[in-house]
Amino acid sequence: MNILERYHAMDYGPAPEARNEADAWLAARDFGKALFIGGDWKAAAGGKTFDTSDPSSGKLLAKVSDAGAADIDAAVSAAAKALPKWSASSGYSRAKVLYAIGRAMQRHQRLFAVLESIDNGKPIRESRDIDVPLAIRHFIHHAGWAQALGRDFPGHKGVGVVGQIIPWNFPLLMLAWKIAPALAAGCTVVLKPAEFTPLTAILFADICERAGVRKGVVNIVQGGPEAGAAIVKHPGIQKIAFTGSSEVGKIIRKATAGSGKKLSLELGGKSAFVVFEDADLDSAVEGLVDGIWFNQGQVCCAGSRLLVQEGIADAFIAKVKTRMSRLRVGNPLDKNTDIGPLVDLTQLDRVKGLVAEGAKQGAVCWQPDVALPSSGYYHLPTLATGVSPANILAQEEVFGPVLATMTFRNTEEAIELANNTRYGLAASVWSENVNLALHVAPQLKAGVVWVNGTNMFDAACGFGGYRESGFGREGGREGMFEYLSAKLPLGPVIKLAVATPQPVERSEGDAIDRTAKLFIGGKQVRPDGNYSIAVATTKGKLAGEVGLGNRKDIRDAVAAARACKAWPEATAYNRSQVLYYLAENLSGRADEFAARLTQLTGATAKAAGEEVELSIERLFLYAGLADKFEGRVHQPPARVVTLALHEPVGVVGIVAADNAPLLGLISLVAPALAMGNTVVAVPSERYPLLATDLYQVIEYSDVPAGAINIVTGRSAELTGVLAKHDDVDGLWVFADADTCAKAEAESIGNLKRVWTSNGHSLDWASSEAAGDALLRRAIEVKNVWVPYGD
Amino acid sequence: MSSTIRETDLGAGASKITPLPARAAANAPIPQAHGIARNPGMRLDLGFMESMRSVNRSALERRVASLTKRRSIKADDQAAWLLRAVACMDLTTLNSNDTDERVRRLCAKAVNPFRRDIAEGLGITGEKIRPAAVCVYHPFVATAVDALRGTGIHVAAVSTAFPHGLAPLSTRLQEIEASVRDGADEIDVVIPRGLVFGAKWQELYNEIVSMRAACGEAHLKVILGTGDLATLRNVMLASMVAMMAGADFIKTSTGKESVNATLPVGLAMVRAIRAYFEETGYLIGFKPAGGISTAKASLDWLVLMKEELGRPWLEPKLFRFGASSLLTDIERQLEHHLTGHYSANHRHAMA
Repeated sequence: MNILERYHAMDYGPAPEARNEADAWLAARDFGKALFIGGDWKAAAGGKTFDTSDPSSGKLLAKVSDAGAADIDAAVSAAAKALPKWSASSGYSRAKVLYAIGRAMQRHQRLFAVLESIDNGKPIRESRDIDVPLAIRHFIHHAGWAQALGRDFPGHKGVGVVGQIIPWNFPLLMLAWKIAPALAAGCTVVLKPAEFTPLTAILFADICERAGVRKGVVNIVQGGPEAGAAIVKHPGIQKIAFTGSSEVGKIIRKATAGSGKKLSLELGGKSAFVVFEDADLDSAVEGLVDGIWFNQGQVCCAGSRLLVQEGIADAFIAKVKTRMSRLRVGNPLDKNTDIGPLVDLTQLDRVKGLVAEGAKQGAVCWQPDVALPSSGYYHLPTLATGVSPANILAQEEVFGPVLATMTFRNTEEAIELANNTRYGLAASVWSENVNLALHVAPQLKAGVVWVNGTNMFDAACGFGGYRESGFGREGGREGMFEYLSAKLPLGPVIKLAVATPQPVERSEGDAIDRTAKLFIGGKQVRPDGNYSIAVATTKGKLAGEVGLGNRKDIRDAVAAARACKAWPEATAYNRSQVLYYLAENLSGRADEFAARLTQLTGATAKAAGEEVELSIERLFLYAGLADKFEGRVHQPPARVVTLALHEPVGVVGIVAADNAPLLGLISLVAPALAMGNTVVAVPSERYPLLATDLYQVIEYSDVPAGAINIVTGRSAELTGVLAKHDDVDGLWVFADADTCAKAEAESIGNLKRVWTSNGHSLDWASSEAAGDALLRRAIEVKNVWVPYGD
Repeated sequence: MSSTIRETDLGAGASKITPLPARAAANAPIPQAHGIARNPGMRLDLGFMESMRSVNRSALERRVASLTKRRSIKADDQAAWLLRAVACMDLTTLNSNDTDERVRRLCAKAVNPFRRDIAEGLGITGEKIRPAAVCVYHPFVATAVDALRGTGIHVAAVSTAFPHGLAPLSTRLQEIEASVRDGADEIDVVIPRGLVFGAKWQELYNEIVSMRAACGEAHLKVILGTGDLATLRNVMLASMVAMMAGADFIKTSTGKESVNATLPVGLAMVRAIRAYFEETGYLIGFKPAGGISTAKASLDWLVLMKEELGRPWLEPKLFRFGASSLLTDIERQLEHHLTGHYSANHRHAMA
C-alpha cells in the first residue's frame, strides 16, 4: 500500500511496540535459576522447571525454576532470618527502600510493560498506561506508610513473615499490592507469582537487588500448586495473602484454619454494572469497555453483569454493539490493540465452554464481525442478552470478554439484581443524579463501588470484597492493617467443657420458679428441641435451667437477625442512644447481676460488682463510639473523592467464653451492635443465666426485635452450626482451640469473616480488650469512588 | 445531491435509534461522486434536547485521555493521516491586521501547500491534496474568491459579528448575505453565548434558522464559542439546537475565546452529531478550531472522529480543522518522514 492508498483507506496500520530490549533481557537470563531466595538466584532443589509461553503465539518464552517444598522452606528461613533486622529498622529507612524500588521501577517501566504484555498477552496500552504506573504508585505511596506507622497505627507492629500468592491477570500490579504494604509494615516476604506469568516478578527481584533491599526481605519463588500449598501450610509464616479464585481461596481458608495465621483473600467476582435511565449513556458504554473488555475480561472486578433500566435498554444495547464493532483484537504489542489473547489455551477453552453453556441455557450471544489473528488464544468480545438470573453467565465468573445483560424496572429491583450473587467485589453505578447514585451505592454488597466510572484503582484506596469475593483490603489505611497486628491481652487457655455439673438440689428457698428461654426476634421462645440443661451454682446446687438450643434455634435466630432492618438502618446516633439506655437499665439492676455472678462463679461481691460496673462502662464506651468510628475520604491522584465507608458486616455470630461471663459477652456484643450489625449470641455455656437475665434488660431498652438474639446451649455444637450457616456474615468465637479451628475450617461455605481467640480467653477487664480493635472487626470498609466535575 | 449515504448505505429511519454502520461499512470512504444530503433541520424538539442533557465531564475526560493512547499511527500511515488533516483544513487568517495581499498569499499556499520534493516523495503529485477552504473575514472574501477561482477550494467567511455575535440580528444577517454575494460558499457564524446561559433555546433556534436562510446555498457552520459556555452540558445542548436549526457543521470556537478547542468539548459535540444522525439520519459536519497547531494534535482529532463517528467523518464534507499554523507543522513532519531529518519552519513556504 502506498501513501496515497493509505490516505484513502484511513486505517490505523500496525504500530508495534519494540520488543528488542525485552528479548535481550530474556536471552541474557538463566531461568533455570529463577528462585530469588535470600538475595541469591537459585535453581529449584528438585531441579524441576515449568514453561511459560507467549499467549499471542503459543511460543515458549522460558523454562523457569519450579519451586518445591524444600525451596519454600529455604525462602521462609531466609525471610525469617531477615525479619528481626528489617522489622526493627526505622520507618524512615524502610521508606527509603520503598521509594528506591518505586523509582527504580520507573526507570525501567517500558521493559516491565513489554515483558508483561509478552508474558500475559495484555495490550501494551494497558500494561504501559495502567499496570506499571499503578505498581510504581503503590511503592511510592507505601513509602509514606512505612514512615507513618507510629503515627497512624499506634500499638501495632508487622505480623512477621508473610506468604503471598498472586494470580496471572495483573502479575506486576498484584505483586506491588502485596509487597509494598508488607515492606512498609516491616514484614519480610515470600511471594509466589503465577505459573503463567513469572517474568516481571523476576525483573522486580533484579530491581530489589539494585534498590538495596536487604537479602531475605523479599523472596520470590516461582512455582505451581505444590509451591503454593507449601507456603500456605508453612509454620514459619504468620500471614497469608492470596489473590485468585474463590475455589482456591476456600481451600486456603480451610488449610490455615486453627494455625493462627492472619489471612486476606481477594477472590472472584461477578460485578454489576448498573445503568440508570438518567445516565450519560455514551460514557456508560465507554465504562463497559473499561469494565469488561479491559484485560480481555480477565479481571476479578470486571463489570460482567450489565443491568440496564428497561426504558433505555434497546438504545443502550445498540450503542454497546456499535462500540464493540470498533474494538480491535490482536497482537498485544500493537499499540492499537484493545483486546489481546487470553492468557492460556485452558482459559480460552473455559471461556468458550461457558459461552456455549450460557447460549444453551437461553442467552443470545452476539459477537462483532471484527478481524481475529489466525494464531494465539483469542476470544471475540461477546455480548449475551436475554440472560436470566439463573443462567450460568449470570452466576459464574467467566474471566473472559463476556458481558451478560439483564434489565431492571426500578431502583429497588436494580439493587436486588445486583446483590443476587454469592460474590461481592465491585459494582459500577451510572446516573447523572447524585441523589440516586449515593442512594444505591451503600445498598450494594460490594467492597468497591464506582459511580460513573469503573476499574479505578489507587494505592490510597482500599480494594477487596464482601461475601465470597474474600476478605481484607488492599491499599490505603485499611490495607495496612492486613500486615499489622496489635497484641490483645490474653487470658488463660480455654479447655473444652467436658460436662457441666448437673446438680439436682435447688439452691434457694421459696422464690417462684423461673423459666429461662431463648431470646429470638425480640421474643422469649422455648428451644426447638424442648430440652433443658441445668445451671449450677458455685456450691454445686441448681441455680436454674436454660434451654438447650439446637441447629433449628440457630436457624431461627439467624433469620430474625437477617430480618431486622431497623437496627442496621438506624442512624448511628439512634444506636448510640439505645446502647446508652441498655447501660442505664443494666445499671438499675446492677446488684441483681452482681449477685448472680457471685452465685454462679463464686466471685467475691466486690469482684462481681466490678464486673457489672465494667460491663456498664463498656456499653457506655461503645454507645459513645457508635457515631465516632467513622470512615475516611481517600484522595487518589485524580479528580475524584473516594469515600471509605464503614458498613456493618451484617449478621454476626458471637460465641462467648466462660471467663467474665457478663463482661465478656457485653464486650463482644456491644461493638458489634454499635456498628449496626445484628447479633446471634451464644453465651457462656457454663453461666448462661447471666445472658437470660440480660434479655429482660434488652426487652425494655428499645432494642429492635432481632438486633440481639440469644441462644443458650452447647457452645461447640452451636459454633459449628453458625460456621456452616451461609447467611451468617461474621463469626467471633471465644472457645477452646479445637472449636476455634473448626469455626474457621467450616466457614468456607460463604467465606464468612471469622475471628477466633485460637483457644485463648481474653482479659476482658483490660482496656486493651476494648475499642478500635473490636470495632474494626465489626465493619467492612466499602470504597465508593465519586468522580466529579461539571 | 441525488444519492445520499443516508438513503443508500446507512439505512436510517428504520427505527428511532439507528446504530452506526458496523466497522467495515464505517471504513468505506464516501463515494466522491455523491454528495451528502443537506440537513434540512427540524422543529425545536426540547424533549430530544433534554434527553441529551446527561454529559459526565469526568467520564468524557477519561475517554479522551485513553482515546489518544489507544491509537497510534505510524510510518506511512502517519504520513497519510497528516495529508488527510491537510485535506480537511480550513486554512485560516482572522487577524485585525489582515490585508488583501496577506489573503492572496494564504490562498497561494492553499493552492500549493507542499514543496515539490515533498509531494513527489510522498507520491501525491497526481492527487490534489490541499486545504478544503480558506477562511477569512468578510472584506477579504472577494479577494479569496478571485485567488482561488477554478481550484475547487472553498471560501469560508466568518460572519454575524464574529467573534462575539452581539450585533443586531438584522445586521448579522446582512453580513451573511454580503459575504454570500461576494462569493463565499461557506459561512461560519457565531452564536450569542448569552442565549445559552439564559436557556433561550427558541430564540437561539430562530436566529440560526434565519442565518441558514440567509446562507442560501452556502454551507452554514455554527460556532458555539465553547470556551465561553462553561459546561459540556451547555456545549451539548447548544449543539443540538444548532443542528435542529439546520447547521451543516457545528464548530467549537472562534479562536478568540480564552479556551480553545479541547478534546472533551469535541467529544461532547461529536456525540451530539451521532445522536442527531441516529434520530434523523442526517450527517452533520464537525469543525474544531483554535489552538490546533501541531501534527500530533491533528492526529488526535482524526482518531476521535474515526472512533466516535467512523470513516465518513474523515472527509472534508464532514470534518474540518480551523487552523493557521498547523499546515507548517505537518509539512515539517512530512519532510521528516521522507528524510529522517527533523525539519525547520523556514524550510517551508510561509502563507
